[in-house]
Amino acid sequence: MATLVFVEHHDGELQKGSLGVLAKAASLGGDVGAVLVGANVRALAGRLGSYGAAKVHVCEDPSLDPPTPQPRVDVLAQVVRDGGYDTILLANSVLAADVAAGLAARLDAGLNWDLTDVAQRDGQLVGQRPALQDSVQVEVGWTGDTRIALFRAGSFDAAETGGGSPEVVDVAPSFEEHSRAAKIVDQQLEQATGPSIEDADIVVAGGRGLGAPESFTLAEELAQALGGAVGATRAVVDAGWYPYSAQIGQTGKTVSPKLYVALGISGAIQHKVGMQSSQTIVAINKDANAPIFEFSDLGVVGDVHEIVPKLTELIRARKA
Amino acid sequence: MKIAVCVKHVPEGQSKIDAGSKRLDRSGEGALNHFDANAVEEALRLKGESDTEVVVVSMGPERAADSLRKALAMGADRAVLVSDAAAAGSDLVATSRVLAAALEREGADLVLFGQQASDADGAVLWAAVAERLKRPVVSQAAELTLQDGGLRVKRQTEFGYDVIEAPLPAVVAVSDAINEPRYPSLKGIMGAKKKQQDVLSLGDLGVDSGAAGEAGSRTTVLSLGSPPSRGDAKKIEGGAETAEQIVEFLTERRLV
Ligand SMILES: Cc1cc2nc3c(=O)[nH]c(=O)nc-3n(C[C@H](O)[C@H](O)[C@H](O)COP(=O)(O)OP(=O)(O)OC[C@H]3O[C@@H](n4cnc5c(N)ncnc54)[C@H](O)[C@@H]3O)c2cc1C
Ligand SMILES: Nc1ncnc2c1ncn2[C@@H]1O[C@H](COP(=O)(O)O)[C@@H](O)[C@H]1O
Repeated sequence: MATLVFVEHHDGELQKGSLGVLAKAASLGGDVGAVLVGANVRALAGRLGSYGAAKVHVCEDPSLDPPTPQPRVDVLAQVVRDGGYDTILLANSVLAADVAAGLAARLDAGLNWDLTDVAQRDGQLVGQRPALQDSVQVEVGWTGDTRIALFRAGSFDAAETGGGSPEVVDVAPSFEEHSRAAKIVDQQLEQATGPSIEDADIVVAGGRGLGAPESFTLAEELAQALGGAVGATRAVVDAGWYPYSAQIGQTGKTVSPKLYVALGISGAIQHKVGMQSSQTIVAINKDANAPIFEFSDLGVVGDVHEIVPKLTELIRARKA
Repeated sequence: MKIAVCVKHVPEGQSKIDAGSKRLDRSGEGALNHFDANAVEEALRLKGESDTEVVVVSMGPERAADSLRKALAMGADRAVLVSDAAAAGSDLVATSRVLAAALEREGADLVLFGQQASDADGAVLWAAVAERLKRPVVSQAAELTLQDGGLRVKRQTEFGYDVIEAPLPAVVAVSDAINEPRYPSLKGIMGAKKKQQDVLSLGDLGVDSGAAGEAGSRTTVLSLGSPPSRGDAKKIEGGAETAEQIVEFLTERRLV
């Protein structure tokens, strides 16, 4: 087996998720390579040795600084062909998902996504995938010569494996005409304001079920009564109801408070990965089939507008 | 201008995998993937009063026509369903091949996708289709505008928002917050029946049957098991009176 890991970086920092996947690749045995793409990435290559990379393919090009997926498909496809890799592993991210799927089509290779683990069994690679809102645990495999796997965030620890200095190989890719047509013209990085939801013991999070931005006061008042912080789903953040800094989930923050109260949140997997390790989860949702109930300790089927004001009142009264 | 929207017919309620075939059980009721309603809405919004044509495209069983009809009732102009027994069980690689062939035939200036299929939860298909069509792709679009022969998208990533510009023709996947999908009007529902709805086989698209379905797939399901359980969960139902039970529960757990 020859495994290639796509390693992501941001602001000069290697991303922990990618390092975890690299360490996993090393534990599978065989040849392990890593790919770094972007401006000023050569300096990061040396560190990948200690996570298990014997070879690091470096594509250093200032024009690849913006994190768009398609030029990265060109780079990976070339490294896979020239380097003789048969297995490509990626830690899931907004960028990596598009890279993985583009590469699957380019190489005509199987892509299994949302995996939480992978192992060799009888000479076959077997992936673990919690599917259908985690209601079933599926073992997946690949047919064909090339295998691509995309791992759920936080699947592996970024533990150093104690390898030495890797061999650094330069990649000079040729780009497809369409690959660099999409251009990032602006990046808006929002800074958090107020108390951090990551440190709070109690988080009250609101979703689209609150119905309108004004209804977020329901979440705010309950959070205040409980002495907690307010979180939000991506749906309401993207809609401009609440700031990005409050977003919990795959593309937001990961929290593990003692108590997580979900108000009008469906419980999509991308939200779940950011809050599932909360000690106690209470959900209020009017749809009895909402996935959030699958991982709540107390599920309340009902309308947030009826229940939350009363709940806030009772908690205030208890604390008074 | 022509806009194609890829939509999927998904099982209603909690989906299950059939233990025998190890495929998704599609025998029950189905509906238009709600994330795709956002993509249809966005196409209709971009169309506005112009003469832009909005075509909805799907691959699925014959009854997926119900979901296409819903998109037509919302206001889409025409529907194309690729339905073929040989396409059943297609994975990402195979599905992208079939959809790309159907889209190639349409030659749309803009291809829209929803944020994810609520059953497969892949949120990846667009990138594979765009690769086959050799077009720029932008995913997770929270805002989309057309300008000077191209498009501008605001998208969320792990670090905040990126603003991306791309020329047409292009492929865009929209986030579920981009708009509030309209409900079909009675007039829309009545009118949908009269709109053109083509059902195509793989042969009609020139796709070899070995390139679709399980034969064209590169992944496989080996076995099914139960997920680790989270322990005892309690579920209650009701109105304001449930607040007392919630407080009781929080008190038991010493959380208030
Ligand atoms: C790559 C990617 C990354 C993503 N990252 C994130 C992320 O970081 N965080 C995140 O949260 N999401 C993320 N998402 C989006 C995610 O898939 C869901 O779309 C999102 O979490 C849904 O938000 P929601 O629960 O607020 O909205 P919905 O899914 O619309 O759910 C609203 C819920 O409210 C209920 N409801 C409606 N009215 C009431 C009422 N009056 N009383 C009670 N309940 C009511 C409904 O039954 C429904 O279940 C991501 C998606 C992708 C593809
Ligand atoms: N069988 C299908 N036919 C048409 N479009 C599809 C199909 N499956 C998925 N899609 C589209 O691809 C998007 C993402 O799906 P997925 O990557 O499977 O989560 C959906 O929101 C749809 O727009």
